[in-house]
Amino acid sequence: MAVPGGLPSEYLTSTTASFSEFLRTHNPDLLPSRDLASGDAVDHGHLAPHGTTIVAAAYADGVILAGDRRATMGNVIAQRDIEKIFAADEFTGVGIAGSAGIAVDMVRLFQVELEHYEKIESAQLSIQGKANRLATLLRGNLGLAMQGLAAVPLMAGYDLAGERGRIFSYDVTGGRYEEHAFHAIGSGGYFARGSLKKLHSSEQKRSEAIQVALQAIYDAADDDSATGGPDLTRQIFPKIATITADGFAFVEQAEMEQQVTHMMQGRRERPDGPMASTGGA
Amino acid sequence: MSVPFYVSPEQVIKDKADFAQKGIARGRSVIVMQSVGGIVLVAENPSHTLHKVSEIYDKIAFAAVGKYNEFENMRVAGVRLADMRGYSYDRSDVTGRSLANAYATTLGTIFTETQKPYEVEIVVAEVGEDLASDQIYRLRFDGSVADERAFVAMGGSAEELTSELGRRWRPDLDLTAALQLCVSALSKVGAHPEQIPVNQLEVAILEREKPRRKFVRLNEDRLTTELGSEVSPASTSTAAEDTPGESGGDVGVSDVSGENEPEV
Repeated sequence: MAVPGGLPSEYLTSTTASFSEFLRTHNPDLLPSRDLASGDAVDHGHLAPHGTTIVAAAYADGVILAGDRRATMGNVIAQRDIEKIFAADEFTGVGIAGSAGIAVDMVRLFQVELEHYEKIESAQLSIQGKANRLATLLRGNLGLAMQGLAAVPLMAGYDLAGERGRIFSYDVTGGRYEEHAFHAIGSGGYFARGSLKKLHSSEQKRSEAIQVALQAIYDAADDDSATGGPDLTRQIFPKIATITADGFAFVEQAEMEQQVTHMMQGRRERPDGPMASTGGA
Repeated sequence: MSVPFYVSPEQVIKDKADFAQKGIARGRSVIVMQSVGGIVLVAENPSHTLHKVSEIYDKIAFAAVGKYNEFENMRVAGVRLADMRGYSYDRSDVTGRSLANAYATTLGTIFTETQKPYEVEIVVAEVGEDLASDQIYRLRFDGSVADERAFVAMGGSAEELTSELGRRWRPDLDLTAALQLCVSALSKVGAHPEQIPVNQLEVAILEREKPRRKFVRLNEDRLTTELGSEVSPASTSTAAEDTPGESGGDVGVSDVSGENEPEV
């Protein structure tokens, strides 16, 4: 019984609590990921800016999520202060690497997806439920990913039931993998992971965990041209968020400045960063 | 073949309206009230899961009385409409006015075109920068819509509540004072001998100063604190245990009990 100006009948009759499912059935044009012209096998990756290194690591109170601020198009820096870390809801954060426009749209849909479910069902999804929803959204982008416009998220959240931070990584096909302790994605992800391997422990306190994430991003920026380190002259620092029982919170600019200053002092003495103990034989 | 009796359109409309009004008057009451700190939504509701007040969007809340399945249907459609609009335009483009219009049109159509009208009354409340920019829309079963100020009372005791609140509401009430006023008014008209126990209340606020999602549901602990000595806490009111469906002489639970199941 659709009346002009009234609620369309599908709004009253649909039974899904998923916003993306509702979009797919009733308004597919609004979905972020639709394929380019079919049969087009050209790589379009150079057309849009790319975001790079994202780091997630568990620590004593929960989990930390960090991202550098650079977006590149080929050898050009497209943006110096892009933000790649987002709050998906009160207890979940998402960092994105890959084709920036597509990734940002995916996160926006994911945010609405979680809020929509929460409002309709009067309950939050479990953290596994959230991770699975993100995998489904990602799978919808597979066509574009094959044409060079891939976006990959890294999800970190606080598990209210298990009372700990949890990390989920993804591949472009929507594969979902739970990570223990830490993970890093993007072109600088390998270098960041190497750094984390030597510096990270899940028992670290908040301040230490922030420092370790910062060191990992610095190491990524050191060896990967697409990852940006701290920009001291412009005061652009990596974006870091903590997710704990108190919820999602970005680390304030003033605290970031302190942490960056501390790291830079150490790096002036030892440019490769803190040395891990060899343990000896 | 027998010729059907002629019934005048006036009579049909009047019968439908009487029917809907009766349904609504059976339910317990809900109050939506403006205060300095935001909009307060208070319902007498023994159920903790079947809500009468809910979040629609950042600044917009929904309150309803009447038949649960019918207003729940409207609420979910409202969430869909708001989320769809916010997603395709921007969060700031979702307004209570457009939602109220959509509800009004839909309720109006259902009233005129179907045999059985919806037995619901709905409030769409949008909190603004200050008291003057708050918007409260009251929607009736026939699709008529009114722009309200200060407070709205709906449900079985709406008239008594309106006259009680009319005497006691002031524009300088803060959130706590507004909450206390709502609870004391509901207690006065209710079936309870004294104050309504906290576990029989469903309370939410649209907090003016809160960033982004302003809707906050108050749990029993917070409610007990807010109400102070005004209301006996849940622990002291074991005698008032009121499970839906076996509430004896209380006929005000058509929206939560099984006694008036939704027709298919």
